[in-house]
Amino acid sequence: MTRQKRSHHKLKRAVAPYLYLSPSLLIIGLLMLLPMVTVIGYSFQNSAVLRRDPSFAGLKHYQAIFDDPVFWASLWHTLYFTCMSVIFHMTIGMAFALMLNSDRINPTLRNILRVLYILPWLFTAVIIAVIWRLLLEPNGVVNSILMQISIIGSKVEWFSSPETALHAVTFANIWAGYPLFMVSLLAGLQGIPKDFYEAADIDGAKAYQKLIFITIPQLMPIIISISLLDFIWTMQVFPLVWITTGGGPIYSTEVLSTYTYKLAFSSYNLSQASASAVVILLISLGLTLFYIRYQKAR
Amino acid sequence: MTFRIKPAMLKIAAAAWLLGATGAMADTTLEFTQWWEPELPAGSLRAIMDDFEAANPGIKVTLVSGPYATTRDQISVGAATGTLSDVVGLDGAWVNNLNAQSALADMNPMMDASGFDKSQVADIVKVDGKAVMFPVASFVYPVFVNLDLAAQAGVTKLPSTRAEFLEAAKKMTIADKNQYGWVLPLSLQTPSGVQNDMMSWVWASGQSMMANGKPDLEGKPVVDMLTFVKSLNDAGTISPGIATKTEQEKVEEFVNNRVGMMIDSLAHVNLIRKRNPKLNFDLIPVPVVENYTGKRGLPYASWGIGISAASKHQEEAWKLVQYVMSEKVNAKLVSLANAFPGNVNAKPDFVTSDKAFGKAFEIFKTGYLANEFTGLPVAEDLMTQFDVQAQKMLAGEQSPEQAAAAAQKGWMAKF
Repeated sequence: MTRQKRSHHKLKRAVAPYLYLSPSLLIIGLLMLLPMVTVIGYSFQNSAVLRRDPSFAGLKHYQAIFDDPVFWASLWHTLYFTCMSVIFHMTIGMAFALMLNSDRINPTLRNILRVLYILPWLFTAVIIAVIWRLLLEPNGVVNSILMQISIIGSKVEWFSSPETALHAVTFANIWAGYPLFMVSLLAGLQGIPKDFYEAADIDGAKAYQKLIFITIPQLMPIIISISLLDFIWTMQVFPLVWITTGGGPIYSTEVLSTYTYKLAFSSYNLSQASASAVVILLISLGLTLFYIRYQKAR
Repeated sequence: MTFRIKPAMLKIAAAAWLLGATGAMADTTLEFTQWWEPELPAGSLRAIMDDFEAANPGIKVTLVSGPYATTRDQISVGAATGTLSDVVGLDGAWVNNLNAQSALADMNPMMDASGFDKSQVADIVKVDGKAVMFPVASFVYPVFVNLDLAAQAGVTKLPSTRAEFLEAAKKMTIADKNQYGWVLPLSLQTPSGVQNDMMSWVWASGQSMMANGKPDLEGKPVVDMLTFVKSLNDAGTISPGIATKTEQEKVEEFVNNRVGMMIDSLAHVNLIRKRNPKLNFDLIPVPVVENYTGKRGLPYASWGIGISAASKHQEEAWKLVQYVMSEKVNAKLVSLANAFPGNVNAKPDFVTSDKAFGKAFEIFKTGYLANEFTGLPVAEDLMTQFDVQAQKMLAGEQSPEQAAAAAQKGWMAKF
């Protein structure tokens, strides 16, 4: 009896943590795992969703998207869009954070700049897309100013020309995303002990040396974490690209998200769209694992 | 006491349930999914449904309304899962896919059984011989001309042929003033510009982009149309930003006196007047090729109606379709929508009260409705493919013949 009681108690203790976890596990399972597994399943079916009795397709849909030159173009555009965005988010975010952290700027001006710099973060992707479409349209303000100061000789079709469209969309995304870096780095800067800089001053270090040898190494954990997260998020950007260019002109701004969307809702090829979505998932998963490993190592 | 009442109540409840289940007490409720209600004056579609319910005791209609794109996605999913509403609002571009999913009922037997007069409807959209959709309201696409810009440019006679259109567009273009003769929206986000602003030139001259049920994009009509559009572009008469321009932006440019001519939906007349009450404009049919004297095809978009193959109330659903297509109700509905009727005998009231609509109605009556994308498989994808090739042509990367050949190859893969 006593043994029975003890084993019952042991069982209860072993099960208890799982019971506590069960609500969140259930939610994760229903909201994340189930859709993910379903989409993976669709990618191996013919006429997924559209037929009630879809047949097994094997790797056919993966083969089809890997054979499609537009897929490779969109992968390249995604990488360009993402890498440039992350690099410039970091550079601009760092510059603005240093500016806002500097004692040399008047506190009132600093507060005004703080509000101004964070503004792009307050707009939704749709608003940002509309703003930049208006500014960069051939008869828009940007062309007018650039022509007045003789930087360009004629109107540039920023979003409509295959030569400039990808750069224009990337620029709009850079503008929209730097505040995340700025805020995170500013918090990091405020946490660096002043003693380090005082010691450097005594040693006669110059401003750039303090930046390279104190500030950046101290901020490195934040820089790497935010860069990885930004890389994952930017890779999946859809509304900004869709509303500004729709993936065009021709295929010059086609990214993986617009490519997948068109397969699903323009071609109604939900099997291939699922295969494309799984590819995006795998890339994101790789980056996420990298991020988790980095976090663990810290 | 309590024990006596409870079984009695249970018996009554069970009897009521039984009656309900057998239909003796129940109304049939039809679900009607469409995107029309948000586009009509508030409460007007509901009022039409209330009239239907009053005329057909025992049938109730629940309206499931949403924006166009949401409705499209909802219908696609409903077709796949067998949960499509009893009656559905349809766009001609969807019907092929829905038919491939066996989601739409064939209305031929219903028409025969009820003695429906087929001659009263403007069109019956058929796929594989099945009557799957009636156009309820048609929004035709004439050419809107800014009369002030035309007068300033010395265009005294509004264009009737493509050559005259090119000349007029050249005269109206003053690039330094951001003023252009024509506007062409080819955004890949909504590639309907291919249908409304490009293929409309083909259909207007009584020509076709198809031959024997297959695409014929390399045929003379489409190549000539591409050559004509290229000549407009080469002459600098098209407002810049073609590749990302949407239909809304096209209308905005016309409203703001920045383009002289545009092909657009008649549904936008009131919007244009509201945005710029001083705008002096007229409507003309889409110009035709030289020496063409036949009937002009009039590009159109439509609100269509069909019945779900999975509906358990097809008989009642057919009653609703008949009601919406009947002369008086159809006239009332299209008057509210500023559209042209699906019933040939219906005459909307705005054609007598409004000069512009009256003129458009004359164009409508002397021509015929033409939209070859209706019923084609993955129509939007076909437009996207054609759009990309047209963009390449306008960017100088290929000739009209090469654009047509590339689009033909892409289209054939979908047939």
